[in-house]
Amino acid sequence: MAAVIAGLPSGDRGGAAARVPDAGARSEPAWVRYGVIGVGTAFFVVFLLLPLLAVFAEAFRKGAAAYFAAFANSDTMGAIGLTLVAAAIAVPLNTLFGVVAAWTLAKFEFRGKNILLTLIDLPFSVSPVVAGLIYVLVFGAQGWLGPWLIDHGIRIIFAVPGIVLATVFVTFPFVVRELVPLMQAQGCEEEEAARVLGASGWQMFRRVTLPNVKWGLLYGVTLCNARAMGEFGAVSVVSGHIRGQTNTIPLQVEILYNDYNMVAAFALASLLAFLALITLVAKNWIEARAAAEDLKRNQS
Amino acid sequence: MSGAKSRSSNVLPGFGPGLGFTLAYLALIVLIPLSAVVIKASHLGFSGFWTVVTSPRVLASYRLTFGLSIVAAAINLVFGLALAWAVTRYRFPGRRLIDALIDLPFALPTAVAGIALTALYSKNGWLGHWLESIGIQIAFRPAGILVAMIFIGLPFVVRTVQPVLQDLDAEAEEAAASLGAGRLPTFVRIILPTLSPALFTGFALAFGRAIGEYGSVIFIAGNIPMVSEITPLLIVTKLEQYDYTGATAIAASMLVVSFALLGTINGLQSWSARRTGAVG
Repeated sequence: MAAVIAGLPSGDRGGAAARVPDAGARSEPAWVRYGVIGVGTAFFVVFLLLPLLAVFAEAFRKGAAAYFAAFANSDTMGAIGLTLVAAAIAVPLNTLFGVVAAWTLAKFEFRGKNILLTLIDLPFSVSPVVAGLIYVLVFGAQGWLGPWLIDHGIRIIFAVPGIVLATVFVTFPFVVRELVPLMQAQGCEEEEAARVLGASGWQMFRRVTLPNVKWGLLYGVTLCNARAMGEFGAVSVVSGHIRGQTNTIPLQVEILYNDYNMVAAFALASLLAFLALITLVAKNWIEARAAAEDLKRNQS
Repeated sequence: MSGAKSRSSNVLPGFGPGLGFTLAYLALIVLIPLSAVVIKASHLGFSGFWTVVTSPRVLASYRLTFGLSIVAAAINLVFGLALAWAVTRYRFPGRRLIDALIDLPFALPTAVAGIALTALYSKNGWLGHWLESIGIQIAFRPAGILVAMIFIGLPFVVRTVQPVLQDLDAEAEEAAASLGAGRLPTFVRIILPTLSPALFTGFALAFGRAIGEYGSVIFIAGNIPMVSEITPLLIVTKLEQYDYTGATAIAASMLVVSFALLGTINGLQSWSARRTGAVG
């Protein structure tokens, strides 16, 4: 269930194919069936499919030339660059944390473990705006460290470090939340065997632990990256919106949109929509791979 | 942490450094910055805090945010269940596409969702111009906020209900049928009680997400104070006016609600685990 909070949940690993509805006792009359399918599908089309299609339709409203021209803008290219930088720092940091924390939480018993798990989830239950605000309160001009930072000529808020910090905060739990249940299910026996056979800690991790959780890890990193590149609220609070300098892609989308530069706004947004689609494809691919490997392991 | 021990023996390495790193990183990134809100808000004193969070504009934003979040979560509860049911129990063309795209609101950045929904529901949008002709306005009205909240909350309900629906015990349903129970009584008496912890959890998750949501809402909301201004936007507005204390007080009040919800959701999940464990 934690995976649901984490974002894209693990869904039906291999279970779906097995459960074709049986006739008779467990099926509804045809009118109910078509009714449920109709209502569900209509809801899906109106609330999910149409917004997605609208992004691309608006982006290409004035043709492909206008679409590509939207990217020939130094502020937009700057925003793309800053988004890549923020993700390139936040994702590896949270991946390292996720692996270490999941190892500690899944393989050892200690007091306060459940509290620690809940605390790790906190960034998911905090409004993005509040996530930005907390860094303003610590690093802003009026904040705890503000005077000291000003004396030393260091800018964090309304500058790139603040954007990176806010991104780290909102993507904090993704990797650890994917790994903990997986590592717990795996148990400790394989690792203990490796240790008894003389493997060093690093060898054990690389040869035993990592292969066992690789799909979950990949999935967590994918989600973490999607959120890192797409975060809006938290980054918006700490950014200061300096064009070409402290705007990430989502912030640049907002600026273009508010300038009534619709084609450019949606063209840039379509990059993020495309990233979202890749994330969903990766999710389904990873789930299929994980299910196939589970099946193989159970058969052997 | 002297009480620590490995599950079966102490041969696994890394507990000490692992826990140390985890706690240090957690404290630096999450706990210390979050405590800044509590400490800054406490400088106000209780009466000062109370004056800020009960001012008319803040109260109006609470009413709007919490009211619409409940309505959006309720709508998602009903239609999310229908969608989860259709996708898990029936086979129909497009089922796999729908199942894969249900997570879109998790993956699509909120700002993109915001401008897409606004384009869709504004006067010349695909849905907006059609709704306009029958006299309904969505964009730049509170109804627009509702639409955005439905969008971002939908997967929470579907994805919490789906696994329970999949693992539902066929025997209980078949037994009910063989004892002569119709499909509707079986649904009400057998299926719904089993699903209810998951449904409540999905509702609480969707609600929690909606009250904090910012990006997808502000584009479509219209953002008129007292009418269509959500609480997170009010925090941003206060910040832009350099009213840090005011912003922090409102943020603290939202944190209290978030933590209460987190506790509720944890409780619901252990209830759900017990319920499905007992059945499955």
